[in-house]
This record gives sequence, structure tokens and C-alpha cells, in this order.
Amino acid sequence: MTTVREFGGAGSGPLDVAAIREDFPILSRTVRDGRPLVYLDSGATSQKPRQVLDAEREFYERHNAAVHRGAHQLAEEATDAYEAARETIARFIGGDVGEVVFTKNATEAINLVSYAMGNAATADEGLRRFQVGPGDEIVVTEMEHHANLVPWQELCRRTGATLRWFPVTAQGRLDLSDIDELVNERTKVVAFAHQSNVLGTVNPVADIVARAREVGALTVLDACQSVPHMPVDVVALGVDFLAFSGHKMLGPNGIGVLWGRRELLEAMPPFITGGSMIGVVHMEYSTWAEPPQRFEAGVPMAPQAVALAAACDYLSAVGMERIADHEHTLVEYALKELDAVEGLRIVGPTEAVDRGGAVSFEVEGIHPHDLGQVLDDRGVEVRVGHHCAWPLHRKLGVIASTRASFYLYNTTEDVDALVSAVKVAQEFFGTRG
Amino acid sequence: MQLDAMYQEIILDHYRNPHHKGLREPHNAEAHHINPTCGDEVTLRVALTSAEGSLLDDRAVVSDVSYEGMGCSISQASTSVLTDLLIGRTVAEGMRTLEAFTELMHSKGKGEPDEEVLEDAVAFAGVSKYPARIKCALLGWMAWKDAVSQSLEKEGV
Repeated sequence: MTTVREFGGAGSGPLDVAAIREDFPILSRTVRDGRPLVYLDSGATSQKPRQVLDAEREFYERHNAAVHRGAHQLAEEATDAYEAARETIARFIGGDVGEVVFTKNATEAINLVSYAMGNAATADEGLRRFQVGPGDEIVVTEMEHHANLVPWQELCRRTGATLRWFPVTAQGRLDLSDIDELVNERTKVVAFAHQSNVLGTVNPVADIVARAREVGALTVLDACQSVPHMPVDVVALGVDFLAFSGHKMLGPNGIGVLWGRRELLEAMPPFITGGSMIGVVHMEYSTWAEPPQRFEAGVPMAPQAVALAAACDYLSAVGMERIADHEHTLVEYALKELDAVEGLRIVGPTEAVDRGGAVSFEVEGIHPHDLGQVLDDRGVEVRVGHHCAWPLHRKLGVIASTRASFYLYNTTEDVDALVSAVKVAQEFFGTRG
Repeated sequence: MQLDAMYQEIILDHYRNPHHKGLREPHNAEAHHINPTCGDEVTLRVALTSAEGSLLDDRAVVSDVSYEGMGCSISQASTSVLTDLLIGRTVAEGMRTLEAFTELMHSKGKGEPDEEVLEDAVAFAGVSKYPARIKCALLGWMAWKDAVSQSLEKEGV
């Protein structure tokens, strides 16, 4: 359905970024007073290539119908396209097609697990594995995005379970020194980020999963910042659930994915109920469909699923290894260049080891909002604030920070533009000559 | 560069040398407001002196506004300007000033502020072109409104 040109042969050599950028119409526009756009906010949302936009348009123009309903030709085509998209996306993360559940976004995917567990609390013994209550513990980390923190706080509040967390070191790494005490026989869930959206830290998934398995706790991995940026294989990771969003990986808004191990999804009660997720329905009661349909109540977002599959195809054609290498080069360069700016302090690991393409920093004497305003005036679009990780900022003694995040379409020139704009801000506010 | 229009010298002066900063006694009420997008915060106290022979009402005089805060230049300068404008005014006058300032902030850069009413606060007109920064400019003002309402509820007629 989409054509992806060869980027100098997938899987080898540096990216042809100029060719890639041609696929992203938005990157050639200007902002504010005619400044070329320097987009450094892909950690919040990525830009979309034509191939993704075309796939969504083609679905609407040729195959649009409500999927898994009706027997007419369009309904068949739409359903085929939707289920084929599921296969592509499952393959992209090394999972099985029956293990991919479409959600609104990653936030909903995580809520799906936490609410299913809350629903299990009032159900029969068959769902014991998912039940939590007083005396049980749920473990998160101090570096979580609010999306992987608040749902667990709420589950604890509803069920009487206790929330605990891995601390973060001053260097922006997880402190696992107390892991054997923290993750124990009372632990029901360990939920953590694969890569921090603020610090860029890539967490040691294997160590945490190994301990969780020893005590029989379920693992939930927030992969929002990893699936778009590095090769991810759910089997190799060994987690039980993994969540990510479409819009951060060149895909459209309004679609996210929950991947879950089949036997868990098969045993798990639903979160949202209604049409499509049922077995049989009587006036008095209903039974549930098998997964993944059990977790997809209502008419699903088929055009977005098709477009997300096109995004996976695009990324696969470029090669996830090459994208990860490209971002590694950028972040290494950015760390070096930013560190050389007087009065600038990097928040998070300063070495490009186990570290993805997001760099947060503080500039002495300039509030991030004011810094972001000057950067924006120069066409450099970054994120300012606490990036939905307020407890992490509090822990690191930072009110707010400025974050630059990279993707396959960014260049070292973008980093240069950032550094030069930071220096302009320092001059403007008179904090540095 | 549009920055100069936004960061008027008056704003930067108030940011570098804020007026009436620090929490003081006596006070009738205190309000703590947070901007949830960035974590900026202000704690603001008001002291009111009632009109002669009356309980606290909108004729009361704002005898002091004191505050502590952390935040960007816009939120800090705006709170500093607020203290200059509102200390010594009646509650009714203060509310009218707040209304004029709020209207200016929502004017999308097209407002024609009344300098008689807003004085130094007219410098914030440029901020209204940037929707993301309006909350910054209003942070202290909303805390003031809250603290005054609390005072009137507690001790008013």
C-alpha cells in the first residue's frame, strides 16, 4: 500500500537524513518570523511522513467501514486491513498477532492493565493472579512519566495495596541496590519505563524482570520512548506487558498498543466493556470475547491502525538499528556541545551509555519557560516544564527543565542551532556575556 | 525579533528586583497556587483593613500583599507588579484592576490597555500573543483573588 524508498540499503551505514526529511512535509516549513523549523520535540510527539498520511487517506478513500461488523465488501476489506495492521505491528515488536491490543494511547494501555486488575479484585478465584488488595505491593520507579505512576497510585487507592518505588540516583540512573527487598513475595506488579522520557536513561530491564520473576510479580514496561527509537523484541525483554503510543513513532494520534503475553490476556478480565468485546449477551449477563477483541470494545480506530502499520513499515525499511545508531551519534554530539556551554547543566546521564536521544538541561539564571521562548523565537522547538515527570524533577531538585529530543530526521546542525539559541538566550537575559 | 515586545524592560526589571517580596505578618489569608504544566508556584498573603465601622467587604483597603514564589520571569514579574498596583487600593478597585489585566491577557496581542488602570502591567500586553504564557502572567493574580475571597469569607459580612 505504501512505498518506502531504499535508504542506502536497510540495516547498513549512516542514514541519508536529507532523503528522509523529504518525506516529512512539515520539516520544510518555517515558524515565527520565517525561521526554518528545528524540531527537537519528538519525545512529545513525532512528525509524520507522507507514507503514513497516505495510508490513512487511502483507507478512508477506498476501504472505509466499521470493522468486525457487517458482511458487505467494504466491511471485509476494512477488517482485513485492520487485522493485517495488527500483524505488522506485532511483527515489529517480535510479538504474536493475538497479543496486540489496540488502545487510544499508551496511557490507556497502562490503565487497561491497572483497571483489569482492579476489576479482578471483585471477581472469582479464577482471576487470583490479577487480584491486588491490602498487604500486596506495586513497585514503580521515581523516574516514571505520570502515565505509568498515577494509574498505579489509583489502583492502590482503590484496593488498599501499597505503592513502592525504585529511587533515582543523582546521575539519573535507577538505584537497584535494594531490589531484593523492594521486589518481594508481596509484590504483584513491577511497572517501569524502558527509557526515561526526561533523562534518556535506558533502564536494565533484564535485572528487574529476573527479580520480578523470582517472586512471581507481573512486569509492565512503558516502552513509549523505546519502541520508536531502538529495536525492541518483547520475547527477548521477557516482560509480561508492554505499552507504547503510535504518535511518537511516526504514526497517527489516537492509537496506542498494549502487548501482553497470551496466557495473561486470556486470563485477564476486561477494562472497558460494550460492543465487540462480548461472547454472548443476555439481559442478565454477558460473556467475554477472546483477546485481543476482549479489550477492544466499540468500533476501533482502523484507519489509525493501518497508518501505524505504515509507520512500522517505514521504520523497518530504514532499519531500527540504524535509527538507534543515528540517535546515539546525535545524543553523543549534543551532550558534548551542551556540556561546553557555560552555565548549562545536563539533567540525567552525561555519558552516552545506556542512554537514548533525549537530553534535558537547566541553564543558570534562566527559567525553562523563558529559555523555551527564546529558542522558539529562533525556530528551535523543544519541550519545557516537568515533562509529566513531576516527582522526578522534585527528586533531582529541579523545578522544571528544558528537553531536546531527537529522531531519525534530526541532524547535528539541529544540535548546533539549539546550542547557538541557548547562547542567544544567555545574552538576552544577561546571564552570560 | 518578537522577543523584545514580550520581554519589556519593565518586566525584566521586576524579575531581577522584585517588589514587596517575602511573606509578612499580619495577613488575613494565604493562597498557594501552582501552574501544573511547569510546576511554578506562588504563595501569596493579603492583609486587609476594613472600612471604618464595618466588617470586611469590598470597601476594605489592601494594606499589604506579600509573597514567595518560584517561576519564570513572566510569573515573577507579574506578581511583583501586582503588589505595586494593589497595595493601598480598595478590594473593589483591586478586582477591577484584576479584571482589566485578565482581559488584556486574553486579548491575543490585540488589547489596548488602559494605562490609568494597569500602569506598569501594560508591559505584559505582548505576553497575550503567546497562549502558553498567559497562565504564567496570571499565576499571582489568581492567588491574590483567592486570598481576598478567603479573607472576605472568613471575616466579611
